[in-house]
Formats: sequence, structure tokens, C-alpha cells
Amino acid sequence: MIGAIIALAIKSIMLNKVRSFLTMLGVIIGVGSVVMLTGIGTGLQSYISDQFAALGTNTLYVVPGNPFGEGGGFSNQEQAFIETTRPVLKRAYLDRILRNHREIFNSGTATAVGVAEARFGSTTKKATLYGVMPAYSQVQNTNTTTGRWFDKNEETNADRVVVLGPTVAEELFGKVDPINKQLKLNGQNYTVLGVLEEKGGSFGGPSFDSYIYVPLETLFQQFDATYIDSLIFEVRSQDQLVAATAAIENELLRDLEDDDFSVFDQTQLLNTINQILGALTAGLGGIAAISLVVGGIGIMNIMLVSVTERTREIGLRKALGATPRMILLQFLIEAALLSIIGGLIGLLVAFAGVQVIKNFFPATITLQAVMLAFGVSTAVGLIFGVAPARKAAKLSPIEALRYE
Amino acid sequence: MLLQLKNVSKYYSLGSSTIKALDDISLEVAEGEFLSVMGPSGSGKSTFLQVASMLAEPTHGQIILKGTDVTDYDEIERAHLRNQEIGFVFQQFNLLARTSALDNVALPLVYARQSHSVQVERAKEMLDRVGLGDRLHNTPAQLSGGQQQRVAIARALVNNPSIIFADEPTGNLDSKSGKEIQNLLSELHRSGKTIIMVTHEENVAAIADRQIVFRDGKIISDSKKKKSKRSNNK
Repeated sequence: MIGAIIALAIKSIMLNKVRSFLTMLGVIIGVGSVVMLTGIGTGLQSYISDQFAALGTNTLYVVPGNPFGEGGGFSNQEQAFIETTRPVLKRAYLDRILRNHREIFNSGTATAVGVAEARFGSTTKKATLYGVMPAYSQVQNTNTTTGRWFDKNEETNADRVVVLGPTVAEELFGKVDPINKQLKLNGQNYTVLGVLEEKGGSFGGPSFDSYIYVPLETLFQQFDATYIDSLIFEVRSQDQLVAATAAIENELLRDLEDDDFSVFDQTQLLNTINQILGALTAGLGGIAAISLVVGGIGIMNIMLVSVTERTREIGLRKALGATPRMILLQFLIEAALLSIIGGLIGLLVAFAGVQVIKNFFPATITLQAVMLAFGVSTAVGLIFGVAPARKAAKLSPIEALRYE
Repeated sequence: MLLQLKNVSKYYSLGSSTIKALDDISLEVAEGEFLSVMGPSGSGKSTFLQVASMLAEPTHGQIILKGTDVTDYDEIERAHLRNQEIGFVFQQFNLLARTSALDNVALPLVYARQSHSVQVERAKEMLDRVGLGDRLHNTPAQLSGGQQQRVAIARALVNNPSIIFADEPTGNLDSKSGKEIQNLLSELHRSGKTIIMVTHEENVAAIADRQIVFRDGKIISDSKKKKSKRSNNK
């Protein structure tokens, strides 16, 4: 019986193709945008996770202030910014920690940031200078593709040498091999020692690939850098992360206050970012879900019109032996089918959309998002189909047949 | 006796007053009878048709179909009864628009839960019987009024019902098509079908072998034609 009723429902959908399509449009847009937006959200999440994994998982960061704690970081941007630029970290701390805890730490580096105008030939570019120590290559898992990193002597002597990120190398040198070429930074000559492998960058914002890496001492002596913005440690094994955090805190608390600095590892940072992105994804999905509800209301609206328009037909069906339940089912199935077909088309739209978006932005469609959107659209059809279907089922056959 | 109405009344309330659309009528219809129902508008003939065809419930009285008291049947039982025992022919044809003659005729079989192959087979058979075997896939818009009414008659016959109720079956047709439909109904009657037809046209009523006339909710005349039946089989 249900098969016969489904056949009836399909027939009446097909009899009004244009109207059926317009009715579905709301659900198409709703499902399409829910799946696409959550796809962007989850794509972003896995992209960032991958980036972190590429930077190494045995790494501990020390930064000034408390950017991830309460009252700082994301809840108070300005305060957080002021705190992270406080010149509390010293190179001596790094050396002391590494010296006192050889059993825990492999190596470590201090970092600082500056800005300079870079010029090669006639190409000029404003570049971010990243002052690091030679250990950076090991700590952050960053190797050269050609040439080499500067060594310890070059760093402590504040030699005028640089290592280029692949993007900035390409921008300044083009097809010319940059190794051992002279690059002008704020008008002074620097020798290019090496070019780094590609790390993949943050879209839009600055990326590790576009930095010019200079020895930390050089940065402090030749440029306007005034403070160390982070200490990065490589811990010997992941099991030692907790012990390492404690060791760093103990050492630093000898000279600094508790609020002056924070120690965190990749997982902490990753968790925070994932939380934010998760909330963002849910928020985007929620906003898109509103359009699904609107789509559902559209279906209800059309089905109510359809019931009125087909009053005589309903009366006839009842006269010929359709029970109220069969009429109810027919209209309910019609609404659900509109919604399901709309949902399927919406999924196709989302798949196509994500293929296009992928060219600019990481996006992946998850099975969960598909199931959720599809389930919700079916539910929307059923829920918003009930009122019109009940109206149809309740019609008296005599009244309905008399309806003009 | 195929259909018995015992002291049946149907009241409608209109504001504070009550309208007695049917006022204590009793009637028996035998199998194979062709009954015409006449009367001015508002006389109760339409209400009689609705009550007798199980579309409406009487306010008082009893309805007995094939020896079973069906007065207190609920909505679902009535739907099954209409599907199995009653065929409807309407003045407005009431065919589903943009739906083939075949699908229109098969509709009662859908609600009778017949398989698709049975639906097609029976519907074809009925359309053949009304002379539209070559118009199976035409939609109502592609058929003349007379042809549409023949499709409707095929639909009324498709479940092999006990009684066919026809409400002004020629009221919406030109005289030639009307004549064709009258002939078709007579032919069905001769083949043993029981038909109850409401009409306001004397000449149409004349094809029936029994005529009843309503006025003010009561039957004021019930006359059988003294016409020899050409066939007396079912």
C-alpha cells in the first residue's frame, strides 16, 4: 500500500515540476550551505592540525604574558598584545634551562621579529625578519632545500647572513639561484646562505615561507628588534612534556612572576584553536540551518496551497475509498519527498561547491555533515508536512467535492 | 434486498434553525433496479444520494446494505465500503487532471490495494467496455465531455460495485453526448447493474425503470414503469 501511495505522491510532484522545484529550492539552499560551510570549518581544522604536526609535536613554547588564560588572549586582545610584547624573556634563560636540563631538552631557540626593506637587483619588498638561533632548524623541523643554515658562530658574531623562506626567495630572485648572492636589507649587504623547504602557509596572513631568517644577534644589532618574543624548546620525547614544562617554569620563576610568561605545547595550542574553529563551524552550520527551517516553511506553505487547490481531488479520492490515513500519508510523503529530493540536490550543489572552494581554501565534506543535513531536511519535510496533510485528511468528502 | 433505508432523516443546523434535508424516508432498492431520483433543488435528492452512497451519515434511521446494517460504520469502514460496493458518476466528471484515462480508471483499485498489473488489466477492460479502448493514455483535456464521462463511468465500474450512484450524469453535456451516456447507463442496467441516478430532466429520468420524486425532504411519489424487462439476469 505504501508503495502505491509513494507512486501517487511522485505522480503529483511530477505534475507540477516547476512548482516542485521552486518548493525544493529552500531545502536545496539550506542543505547546500550547511554542508558547504561545515565543510569549510572542518577543512580548516584538519588543515591547521596538519600544519601543527609538520612543526613537530615535541615542542614547548614560552611566551610573555598569558595569551591563553582568562582575562587575556581572545577575551581581551589589547591587553594580550601588550603582555606578549613585554620584554621579559632573555636569551640567558634559554641557555640556563638547556644547560641545567640536558636530560630533558634536545635543543632550543629564542626568536624575535623585525621588519626591513629587502632588495635584490631592482626588486624591492617589505619583509618580515625572523631572528632565530641555528637550533631553530632542528626545533621546528625546518630544513634547507639548497644551501645551508647559518651556524653557531655566525649567529653569535652577528654576521650579515640570511636564510630565505621559499616564497620570499621566489619573489626576490625569481629564477636566479640566490645562494651566495648579496641581498640588501635596509641598504646593507647580506649573504644568502640557503633557501628553506616549503612549509605551506597560512592563507592570507604571513607565513613561515615568506620570512627572511636572520641570526638572532644580527637582528638585535642591525635592526629595530627590542625583545625576544618566544623561546622554543625541543623536548627529547613526548613523555617528558610535563616534566619539561615544570622545569621551564621552575627556572623562569627564579627571575619572573607567574603572570609574566606562559609555557604551552602544540596540543594545548591546537586544542584552543580547534575549540574556536569547532564553535565557528557550529555557528556557521547553525546560521545555515536557519535557511533549512525557512525551506521547511516554504514546503509547508506550498503544501497548504496545494491542499486547497486540490480540495476536489481529495474529495474524489475519499469518495473512491481513500481513508483519511491514506490521504494523510500521500501528502506527508509528498512533502517528505520534496524535502529529500531537495536535500539530495543540495548535497550535489555542496559537493560541486567544495570542489571549487578547494582551489582557494581547505574544505572537506564529512560524512557526519552529510548525514546531519540529510536527516534534518527529511525531518523538516515531515514536520512541516504534517499540518497540510492533516488538513487534507480531515476534509469531508461531500464538502470537498462541492468545492469550486 | 440490496439497499434498505429505514426511517432515515438528515438534519443540518443553520444558525439557530434546523433544516430537515431528509425527513423520515424509507426506501428499498432491489438488485438490478435502475432508479431515477427527481425533485426541485433543495428537495433533498442530493442529500439522499450522499446518505445512501455512504458519503454522509444519517441523523436518524438505519441503512442496510446487502443485509448488513452499515449505519454506524466509522470513517474507515465507510471508505472501504464505498471503495468495494459503490461506484460514483458525477456531473463534473471529477477526473484527475493531467492524468491518463487508464490511471484515472485505476484509482479505486489503488485504494483497493490491487497490484499494478491487476490495476492496468482491469482499467483497460473497463475502458474497452465504455468504448474508449483506444484512448487509454489520453488525459481528460484531450477528451470530449462525453468521453470524459465515459472514463468516469469506467472508473465507477472498475471495482465491480453493487450500486452505481450517478449525480446528474448528463447535466454537463450537450444533448448528443448526453444521449450516449444515457444509452451507456441503460446498457449497464440491462447487464444487471443496480443504478441510482439523480436528475432533473424528465427525459433522462425516463430511461430508468423506477422513478422517485422528492419534495421537502420526503418522497412524494414512487412509480415503477410497466415495462417488460428485456433481461432479468444479474
